[in-house]
Amino acid sequence: MTPEIVVFFVLAALAVGGALSLIFQKHPIHSALSLIVVMVSLAGLYLLMGAEFVAAVQIIVYGGAIMVLFVFVIMLLNAGIEEHTNISKMAGFPGLLLAFALTGFIAATIARSTDSVQAAAQHGNMASTRDLSTMIFRNFVYPFELTSFLILVAVLGSIVLAQREKV
Amino acid sequence: MKDFLYAHGWLIVTVVKVALLLFIVLTVNAYLTWFERKVVAHMQSRWGPHRVGPHGLLQPAADGLKFLFKEDPTPAGVDRFVYYLAPLLALALALTSIAIIPFGPDPLPWKILGQDVYLGILPPDVNIGILALFAITALGVYGVALAGWSSNSKYPLLGGLRSSAQMISYELALTMSVVGVLLLAGTFNLTEIIHNQQSNYGILGWNIFPQFLGFLCFFIAAVAETNRVPFDLPEAESELVAGFHTEYASFKFAMFFIAEYTSMITVSCLCSILFFGGWLSPFPASWTWTYYLPSVGLLLFGLWVIWDGLHYETIFGKVILPGLGSVMCLVGIALLAFPVLNNFIQAPFWLLSKIFVFLFVYVWMRGTLPRLRYDQLMAFGWKMLLPASIANVVFTSFAILKWGAIR
Repeated sequence: MTPEIVVFFVLAALAVGGALSLIFQKHPIHSALSLIVVMVSLAGLYLLMGAEFVAAVQIIVYGGAIMVLFVFVIMLLNAGIEEHTNISKMAGFPGLLLAFALTGFIAATIARSTDSVQAAAQHGNMASTRDLSTMIFRNFVYPFELTSFLILVAVLGSIVLAQREKV
Repeated sequence: MKDFLYAHGWLIVTVVKVALLLFIVLTVNAYLTWFERKVVAHMQSRWGPHRVGPHGLLQPAADGLKFLFKEDPTPAGVDRFVYYLAPLLALALALTSIAIIPFGPDPLPWKILGQDVYLGILPPDVNIGILALFAITALGVYGVALAGWSSNSKYPLLGGLRSSAQMISYELALTMSVVGVLLLAGTFNLTEIIHNQQSNYGILGWNIFPQFLGFLCFFIAAVAETNRVPFDLPEAESELVAGFHTEYASFKFAMFFIAEYTSMITVSCLCSILFFGGWLSPFPASWTWTYYLPSVGLLLFGLWVIWDGLHYETIFGKVILPGLGSVMCLVGIALLAFPVLNNFIQAPFWLLSKIFVFLFVYVWMRGTLPRLRYDQLMAFGWKMLLPASIANVVFTSFAILKWGAIR
């Protein structure tokens, strides 16, 4: 048991535990908190793989900006404990089925792949900032710009929707 | 036993460093409250704390004891888990951010357990310094927001809402304003960012000159991130009682307090490192007489403290102050006597002086500026600060493209 493996299992347990808690918590804020735990432990896993930049961005963007927005909206709307209607209870069964199917699918894919899956505990610049930016802004610049354009459109759309009625 | 110590030297040294840094930061926090009260008092023609100990120097200890021994009621109807989590989160994240700061370029002049001991927790070659700091800052908002929400009371909720909105808005400007510095330095590593500001002309090499706009944006956004005056809307006492920590008493309140002061220290560290040359001296390296500034300064200050103590009214002051003064004088003389120590102390001395100046600016602003209105705050953040910091990025990258990096 190297220290890296121990850290990996602690972080993995945190991530899975957080994800389960996200589903089973009754209150939206508790669910959001669990999601933050998942995000941060994923960042820890990236750090373990030597992807420092991705780890930091994971926390800044997901753990920070997006989840703060979630929490903000939940607080602003003062959302209470979730209510279970008959339909939402009925949706549970196919949801569970789909979750099992997805898990099986991913597990089968990993089992069939010939590459070793020991990605954890590698040192060095697996995704150094320079390589990453070269990839995004040189090799994949058009998809990247298209994505930014999509986000811009979404921002404009939300402004149009939120705009007050013209008197 | 010796083998074991040497084999785990790095771990042991790091743990001791963490404990020492925690102790120092918490003590500095305590005396920062004293400093703030004194400075604001003198700005308002008052004396400030002066009953507990000479010049009120033991006031922080008295405050700390008071916080520890006060009754700690938990209000009915709070969300218990989150209510207890929030102050812990705020304090832990604020203290973690200090760990990223390097306080000096060289390891200690002697090895401990076969290890080079650097000033600062992280080794100097960690590549994500500034990004890690931003990551911790990004999480820092949860302490305040969750405290506001979990208290289940209207004023804290309003405070928490305000703080989340404010932090989201100003974080953008904060991050954008640093990009100019990163472009100049070409790295995220704080140590390398400082080395990049080294020049033969001392102060002229610092980033503050090419990045003045960036510094303004950064400092304003950072003050807003730390919820200090004039951006202290989350705890505006004239409208929200005490904002997000209204329902917190005793040491849980103190934890928010310590978190706020610690983030002030972090921001001051960052300002000095990113824009004011970190531990570099403002004088050209060829002016060797400046090497005696810290020791002679300490010696003179120690003499003044002795003189002041001999004139103090109480017996306690007559004993304590000259004692403190002679310790300072002794340290000053030791620095003069041992050139190795004197050379080593240069870098931390300049960094700490710059940090002190920024802490003073924080207190100065609190004593001077009125609080912004909420809509002014939002308009300023989005319509002034963000465009200005983006313009700074555009100008800087254009200048680097046109003329190449300055150094």
